[in-house]
Amino acid sequence: MDLLGQSVYYVGAVALLLIGFYMVLVKANLIKIMLGISFLDTGIHVLLIAIGYVRGRTAPILSEAMRRSADTGPVEVVDPVPQALVLTAIVIGIGVLALGLSIAVRVYEHYGTLDAREIRGLRC
Amino acid sequence: MRKAAAVLLLAVLATGLALALAAIPFGRDKIVVANHYIRNGVRETGATNLVTSVVLDYRALDTLGEVTILFVAAVGVGVIFFAERPPQRGPRQAASAIVVTGSRVLFPLILLFGVYVFLHGHLTPGGGFQGGAVIASGVLLLYLARREQTLHREALGVAESLGGLLFVGIGLLGLAISGTFLSNFLAKGQPNLLLSAGVIPIIYTAVGVKVGAELARIIGDLVERE
Repeated sequence: MDLLGQSVYYVGAVALLLIGFYMVLVKANLIKIMLGISFLDTGIHVLLIAIGYVRGRTAPILSEAMRRSADTGPVEVVDPVPQALVLTAIVIGIGVLALGLSIAVRVYEHYGTLDAREIRGLRC
Repeated sequence: MRKAAAVLLLAVLATGLALALAAIPFGRDKIVVANHYIRNGVRETGATNLVTSVVLDYRALDTLGEVTILFVAAVGVGVIFFAERPPQRGPRQAASAIVVTGSRVLFPLILLFGVYVFLHGHLTPGGGFQGGAVIASGVLLLYLARREQTLHREALGVAESLGGLLFVGIGLLGLAISGTFLSNFLAKGQPNLLLSAGVIPIIYTAVGVKVGAELARIIGDLVERE
Protein backbone atom coordinates (compact mmCIF):
# COMPACT_ATOMS: atom_id res chain seq x y z
CA MET A 1 0.00 0.00 0.00
CA ASP A 2 2.84 2.30 0.84
CA LEU A 3 4.48 1.48 -2.46
CA LEU A 4 1.27 2.36 -4.32
CA GLY A 5 1.01 5.68 -2.46
CA GLN A 6 4.62 6.48 -3.32
CA SER A 7 4.24 5.87 -7.02
CA VAL A 8 0.57 6.61 -7.68
CA TYR A 9 1.45 8.83 -10.65
CA TYR A 10 3.47 6.05 -12.24
CA VAL A 11 0.57 3.62 -11.74
CA GLY A 12 -1.93 6.06 -13.25
CA ALA A 13 0.29 6.87 -16.21
CA VAL A 14 1.04 3.21 -16.98
CA ALA A 15 -2.67 2.38 -16.62
CA LEU A 16 -3.58 5.07 -19.18
CA LEU A 17 -0.83 3.80 -21.48
CA LEU A 18 -2.03 0.19 -21.24
CA ILE A 19 -5.69 1.15 -21.78
CA GLY A 20 -4.69 3.06 -24.92
CA PHE A 21 -2.56 0.20 -26.20
CA TYR A 22 -5.39 -2.28 -25.58
CA MET A 23 -7.80 -0.09 -27.56
CA VAL A 24 -5.38 0.13 -30.48
CA LEU A 25 -4.85 -3.65 -30.47
CA VAL A 26 -8.39 -4.93 -29.95
CA LYS A 27 -10.90 -2.37 -31.20
CA ALA A 28 -12.02 -2.43 -34.83
CA ASN A 29 -13.74 0.96 -34.96
CA LEU A 30 -11.35 3.55 -36.45
CA ILE A 31 -12.57 6.33 -34.12
CA LYS A 32 -11.91 4.10 -31.12
CA ILE A 33 -8.43 3.32 -32.41
CA MET A 34 -7.73 7.07 -32.64
CA LEU A 35 -9.08 7.49 -29.10
CA GLY A 36 -6.71 4.72 -28.01
CA ILE A 37 -3.76 6.55 -29.58
CA SER A 38 -4.87 9.67 -27.69
CA PHE A 39 -4.96 7.69 -24.41
CA LEU A 40 -1.50 6.31 -25.16
CA ASP A 41 -0.26 9.87 -25.76
CA THR A 42 -1.73 11.13 -22.51
CA GLY A 43 -0.26 8.24 -20.53
CA ILE A 44 3.20 8.99 -21.89
CA HIS A 45 2.81 12.70 -21.07
CA VAL A 46 1.86 11.94 -17.45
CA LEU A 47 4.69 9.40 -17.17
CA LEU A 48 7.32 11.88 -18.42
CA ILE A 49 6.13 14.65 -16.11
CA ALA A 50 6.02 12.22 -13.16
CA ILE A 51 9.60 11.10 -13.84
CA GLY A 52 10.77 14.73 -13.91
CA TYR A 53 9.05 15.59 -10.62
CA VAL A 54 11.15 16.17 -7.52
CA ARG A 55 9.29 16.12 -4.21
CA GLY A 56 8.97 19.53 -2.56
CA ARG A 57 10.14 21.57 -5.53
CA THR A 58 8.21 24.04 -7.64
CA ALA A 59 7.66 24.79 -11.34
CA PRO A 60 10.79 25.65 -13.38
CA ILE A 61 9.96 29.34 -13.69
CA LEU A 62 12.47 31.41 -11.74
CA SER A 63 11.55 34.45 -9.70
CA GLU A 64 13.98 37.18 -8.67
CA ALA A 65 14.61 35.69 -5.20
CA MET A 66 15.16 32.19 -6.59
CA ARG A 67 17.71 33.49 -9.08
CA ARG A 68 19.71 35.20 -6.35
CA SER A 69 19.85 31.97 -4.33
CA ALA A 70 20.91 30.12 -7.51
CA ASP A 71 24.35 31.70 -7.30
CA THR A 72 24.96 30.25 -3.85
CA GLY A 73 23.13 26.92 -3.61
CA PRO A 74 20.83 24.54 -5.49
CA VAL A 75 17.66 25.94 -7.06
CA GLU A 76 14.43 24.36 -5.84
CA VAL A 77 12.77 23.58 -9.17
CA VAL A 78 11.78 20.35 -10.92
CA ASP A 79 13.42 19.07 -14.10
CA PRO A 80 12.45 21.34 -17.06
CA VAL A 81 13.57 18.91 -19.80
CA PRO A 82 10.66 16.40 -19.58
CA GLN A 83 8.26 19.36 -19.51
CA ALA A 84 9.76 20.72 -22.72
CA LEU A 85 9.53 17.24 -24.28
CA VAL A 86 5.86 16.96 -23.30
CA LEU A 87 5.16 20.41 -24.74
CA THR A 88 6.45 19.10 -28.07
CA ALA A 89 4.61 15.80 -27.69
CA ILE A 90 1.23 17.47 -27.04
CA VAL A 91 1.45 19.47 -30.27
CA ILE A 92 2.46 16.41 -32.29
CA GLY A 93 -0.38 14.44 -30.66
CA ILE A 94 -2.85 17.10 -31.84
CA GLY A 95 -1.48 16.85 -35.38
CA VAL A 96 -1.71 13.03 -35.41
CA LEU A 97 -5.24 13.11 -34.01
CA ALA A 98 -6.48 15.69 -36.53
CA LEU A 99 -4.96 13.83 -39.48
CA GLY A 100 -6.17 10.40 -38.27
CA LEU A 101 -9.72 11.55 -37.61
CA SER A 102 -9.98 13.23 -41.01
CA ILE A 103 -8.78 10.01 -42.66
CA ALA A 104 -11.45 8.15 -40.65
CA VAL A 105 -14.11 10.57 -41.95
CA ARG A 106 -13.03 9.98 -45.55
CA VAL A 107 -12.95 6.21 -45.01
CA TYR A 108 -16.52 6.35 -43.75
CA GLU A 109 -17.60 8.38 -46.79
CA HIS A 110 -15.97 5.89 -49.15
CA TYR A 111 -16.83 2.53 -47.55
CA GLY A 112 -19.88 3.42 -45.45
CA THR A 113 -18.36 1.77 -42.38
CA LEU A 114 -15.74 2.50 -39.74
CA ASP A 115 -15.04 -1.16 -38.94
CA ALA A 116 -11.43 -1.95 -39.87
CA ARG A 117 -12.20 -5.66 -40.42
CA GLU A 118 -15.09 -4.95 -42.81
CA ILE A 119 -12.95 -2.47 -44.74
CA ARG A 120 -10.29 -5.13 -45.10
CA GLY A 121 -12.96 -7.41 -46.60
CA LEU A 122 -14.32 -4.79 -49.05
CA ARG A 123 -11.12 -3.55 -50.70
CA CYS A 124 -12.67 -1.68 -53.59
CA MET B 1 -8.22 -15.21 -29.13
CA ARG B 2 -7.41 -11.70 -30.28
CA LYS B 3 -8.21 -10.28 -26.86
CA ALA B 4 -6.21 -12.95 -25.05
CA ALA B 5 -3.17 -12.22 -27.20
CA ALA B 6 -3.57 -8.50 -26.57
CA VAL B 7 -3.87 -8.98 -22.80
CA LEU B 8 -0.79 -11.22 -22.81
CA LEU B 9 1.18 -8.59 -24.74
CA LEU B 10 0.01 -5.88 -22.36
CA ALA B 11 1.02 -7.99 -19.35
CA VAL B 12 4.52 -8.31 -20.79
CA LEU B 13 4.60 -4.56 -21.44
CA ALA B 14 3.34 -3.78 -17.92
CA THR B 15 5.98 -6.03 -16.35
CA GLY B 16 8.72 -4.39 -18.38
CA LEU B 17 7.53 -0.89 -17.51
CA ALA B 18 7.19 -1.81 -13.82
CA LEU B 19 10.73 -3.19 -13.74
CA ALA B 20 12.06 -0.09 -15.52
CA LEU B 21 10.16 2.34 -13.29
CA ALA B 22 11.25 0.50 -10.13
CA ALA B 23 14.75 1.76 -10.91
CA ILE B 24 13.48 5.37 -11.21
CA PRO B 25 12.21 6.33 -7.74
CA PHE B 26 9.35 8.83 -7.81
CA GLY B 27 10.00 12.33 -6.47
CA ARG B 28 13.72 11.82 -5.84
CA ASP B 29 16.21 14.36 -7.19
CA LYS B 30 17.66 12.72 -10.28
CA ILE B 31 18.31 15.81 -12.41
CA VAL B 32 21.57 15.50 -14.32
CA VAL B 33 21.45 17.23 -17.69
CA ALA B 34 19.05 19.95 -16.61
CA ASN B 35 21.27 21.13 -13.76
CA HIS B 36 23.17 23.20 -16.30
CA TYR B 37 19.92 24.70 -17.60
CA ILE B 38 18.68 25.45 -14.08
CA ARG B 39 21.93 27.10 -12.91
CA ASN B 40 22.86 28.99 -16.09
CA GLY B 41 19.61 29.12 -18.08
CA VAL B 42 18.63 32.65 -17.10
CA ARG B 43 22.13 34.01 -17.68
CA GLU B 44 22.61 32.25 -21.01
CA THR B 45 19.16 32.80 -22.55
CA GLY B 46 17.56 35.62 -20.54
CA ALA B 47 14.30 33.68 -20.17
CA THR B 48 13.05 33.13 -16.61
CA ASN B 49 10.72 30.37 -17.80
CA LEU B 50 13.21 27.51 -17.99
CA VAL B 51 10.93 25.35 -20.14
CA THR B 52 10.94 28.14 -22.72
CA SER B 53 14.72 28.42 -22.55
CA VAL B 54 14.97 24.68 -23.33
CA VAL B 55 12.29 24.75 -26.05
CA LEU B 56 13.44 27.89 -27.89
CA ASP B 57 17.14 28.19 -27.11
CA TYR B 58 18.93 24.97 -26.20
CA ARG B 59 16.67 22.75 -28.32
CA ALA B 60 15.20 25.28 -30.77
CA LEU B 61 15.83 23.03 -33.77
CA ASP B 62 13.42 20.44 -32.28
CA THR B 63 10.78 23.15 -32.08
CA LEU B 64 11.28 23.98 -35.75
CA GLY B 65 10.66 20.29 -36.50
CA GLU B 66 7.58 20.33 -34.29
CA VAL B 67 6.18 23.36 -36.12
CA THR B 68 6.85 21.56 -39.41
CA ILE B 69 4.94 18.47 -38.22
CA LEU B 70 1.94 20.61 -37.28
CA PHE B 71 2.12 22.33 -40.67
CA VAL B 72 2.18 18.99 -42.51
CA ALA B 73 -0.79 17.78 -40.44
CA ALA B 74 -2.78 20.94 -41.27
CA VAL B 75 -1.98 20.61 -44.98
CA GLY B 76 -2.85 16.90 -44.82
CA VAL B 77 -6.28 17.58 -43.33
CA GLY B 78 -6.95 20.12 -46.08
CA VAL B 79 -5.81 17.73 -48.82
CA ILE B 80 -7.80 14.79 -47.45
CA PHE B 81 -11.03 16.78 -47.38
CA PHE B 82 -10.77 19.06 -50.38
CA ALA B 83 -8.58 17.24 -52.89
CA GLU B 84 -11.56 16.35 -55.07
CA ARG B 85 -13.90 19.29 -54.56
CA PRO B 86 -13.49 22.80 -53.12
CA PRO B 87 -15.09 23.65 -49.75
CA GLN B 88 -18.75 24.60 -49.88
CA ARG B 89 -21.31 25.13 -47.18
CA GLY B 90 -24.97 24.34 -47.26
CA PRO B 91 -27.66 26.29 -45.39
CA ARG B 92 -27.53 25.86 -41.63
CA GLN B 93 -29.68 26.70 -38.69
CA ALA B 94 -28.79 30.16 -37.35
CA ALA B 95 -27.16 30.43 -33.92
CA SER B 96 -29.11 31.86 -30.99
CA ALA B 97 -28.84 35.55 -30.08
CA ILE B 98 -26.91 34.69 -26.91
CA VAL B 99 -24.18 32.89 -28.84
CA VAL B 100 -23.94 35.63 -31.48
CA THR B 101 -23.75 38.47 -28.93
CA GLY B 102 -21.47 36.51 -26.64
CA SER B 103 -19.05 35.76 -29.45
CA ARG B 104 -18.98 39.45 -30.38
CA VAL B 105 -17.96 40.36 -26.81
CA LEU B 106 -15.65 37.42 -26.17
CA PHE B 107 -13.76 37.05 -29.45
CA PRO B 108 -11.58 40.20 -29.03
CA LEU B 109 -10.85 39.23 -25.42
CA ILE B 110 -9.86 35.67 -26.42
CA LEU B 111 -7.63 37.08 -29.15
CA LEU B 112 -6.03 39.49 -26.66
CA PHE B 113 -5.48 36.70 -24.14
CA GLY B 114 -3.88 34.51 -26.80
CA VAL B 115 -1.49 37.32 -27.76
CA TYR B 116 -0.71 37.90 -24.07
CA VAL B 117 0.09 34.21 -23.58
CA PHE B 118 2.55 34.03 -26.46
CA LEU B 119 4.18 37.42 -25.81
CA HIS B 120 4.93 36.46 -22.19
CA GLY B 121 6.15 32.96 -23.03
CA HIS B 122 9.65 33.66 -21.70
CA LEU B 123 8.40 35.04 -18.36
CA THR B 124 5.29 33.09 -17.32
CA PRO B 125 3.71 29.71 -18.12
CA GLY B 126 2.64 29.79 -21.74
CA GLY B 127 4.17 30.35 -25.13
CA GLY B 128 3.53 30.23 -28.84
CA PHE B 129 1.75 26.88 -28.98
CA GLN B 130 -0.54 27.63 -26.05
CA GLY B 131 -1.31 31.16 -27.29
CA GLY B 132 -2.00 29.83 -30.78
CA ALA B 133 -4.40 27.25 -29.36
CA VAL B 134 -6.23 29.99 -27.42
CA ILE B 135 -6.60 32.06 -30.60
CA ALA B 136 -7.88 29.02 -32.52
CA SER B 137 -10.50 28.45 -29.80
CA GLY B 138 -11.72 32.01 -30.47
CA VAL B 139 -12.05 31.13 -34.16
CA LEU B 140 -14.09 28.06 -33.19
CA LEU B 141 -16.44 30.35 -31.24
CA LEU B 142 -16.84 32.52 -34.35
CA TYR B 143 -17.75 29.42 -36.37
CA LEU B 144 -20.40 28.49 -33.80
CA ALA B 145 -21.89 31.98 -33.86
CA ARG B 146 -21.87 32.79 -37.60
CA ARG B 147 -22.68 29.55 -39.29
CA GLU B 148 -23.19 31.01 -42.76
CA GLN B 149 -19.79 32.66 -43.01
CA THR B 150 -16.53 31.02 -43.94
CA LEU B 151 -12.96 31.80 -43.02
CA HIS B 152 -10.72 33.97 -45.12
CA ARG B 153 -8.37 31.18 -46.18
CA GLU B 154 -5.93 33.39 -48.06
CA ALA B 155 -5.39 35.61 -44.99
CA LEU B 156 -4.81 32.53 -42.81
CA GLY B 157 -2.36 31.17 -45.36
CA VAL B 158 -0.45 34.47 -45.41
CA ALA B 159 -0.29 34.60 -41.58
CA GLU B 160 0.90 31.00 -41.47
CA SER B 161 3.59 31.54 -44.12
CA LEU B 162 4.83 34.76 -42.49
CA GLY B 163 5.13 33.00 -39.13
CA GLY B 164 7.10 30.12 -40.62
CA LEU B 165 9.33 32.44 -42.67
CA LEU B 166 10.07 34.59 -39.60
CA PHE B 167 11.11 31.50 -37.60
CA VAL B 168 13.42 30.18 -40.33
CA GLY B 169 14.66 33.71 -41.12
CA ILE B 170 15.71 34.28 -37.50
CA GLY B 171 17.45 30.90 -37.57
CA LEU B 172 19.38 31.83 -40.72
CA LEU B 173 20.19 35.28 -39.30
CA GLY B 174 21.67 33.54 -36.25
CA LEU B 175 23.73 31.36 -38.61
CA ALA B 176 25.02 34.47 -40.40
CA ILE B 177 25.77 36.52 -37.27
CA SER B 178 27.10 34.05 -34.71
CA GLY B 179 27.74 30.89 -36.71
CA THR B 180 25.05 28.52 -35.37
CA PHE B 181 21.53 28.02 -36.71
CA LEU B 182 18.87 29.54 -34.39
CA SER B 183 21.43 31.04 -32.01
CA ASN B 184 20.23 33.80 -29.71
CA PHE B 185 22.11 36.70 -31.30
CA LEU B 186 20.21 39.65 -29.78
CA ALA B 187 21.05 41.25 -26.41
CA LYS B 188 19.62 39.23 -23.50
CA GLY B 189 18.50 42.35 -21.61
CA GLN B 190 17.42 42.33 -18.00
CA PRO B 191 15.51 39.16 -17.02
CA ASN B 192 11.83 39.46 -15.99
CA LEU B 193 11.19 42.29 -18.46
CA LEU B 194 8.97 41.90 -21.52
CA LEU B 195 11.76 42.99 -23.87
CA SER B 196 14.38 40.48 -22.75
CA ALA B 197 15.69 37.06 -23.74
CA GLY B 198 16.89 38.18 -27.18
CA VAL B 199 15.14 36.39 -30.06
CA ILE B 200 12.88 34.21 -27.87
CA PRO B 201 9.83 36.58 -27.79
CA ILE B 202 10.17 37.15 -31.55
CA ILE B 203 10.24 33.42 -32.30
CA TYR B 204 7.32 32.80 -29.93
CA THR B 205 5.31 35.53 -31.67
CA ALA B 206 6.01 33.86 -35.02
CA VAL B 207 5.07 30.45 -33.57
CA GLY B 208 1.91 31.88 -31.97
CA VAL B 209 0.67 33.42 -35.23
CA LYS B 210 1.57 30.28 -37.19
CA VAL B 211 -0.02 27.81 -34.77
CA GLY B 212 -3.13 30.00 -34.39
CA ALA B 213 -3.58 30.16 -38.17
CA GLU B 214 -2.91 26.44 -38.62
CA LEU B 215 -5.30 25.27 -35.92
CA ALA B 216 -7.92 27.74 -37.18
CA ARG B 217 -7.55 26.22 -40.64
CA ILE B 218 -7.91 22.67 -39.28
CA ILE B 219 -11.08 23.78 -37.46
CA GLY B 220 -12.30 25.47 -40.65
CA ASP B 221 -11.61 22.37 -42.75
CA LEU B 222 -13.54 20.18 -40.31
CA VAL B 223 -16.48 22.60 -40.07
CA GLU B 224 -16.81 23.52 -43.74
CA ARG B 225 -16.72 19.94 -44.96
CA GLU B 226 -20.28 19.18 -45.99
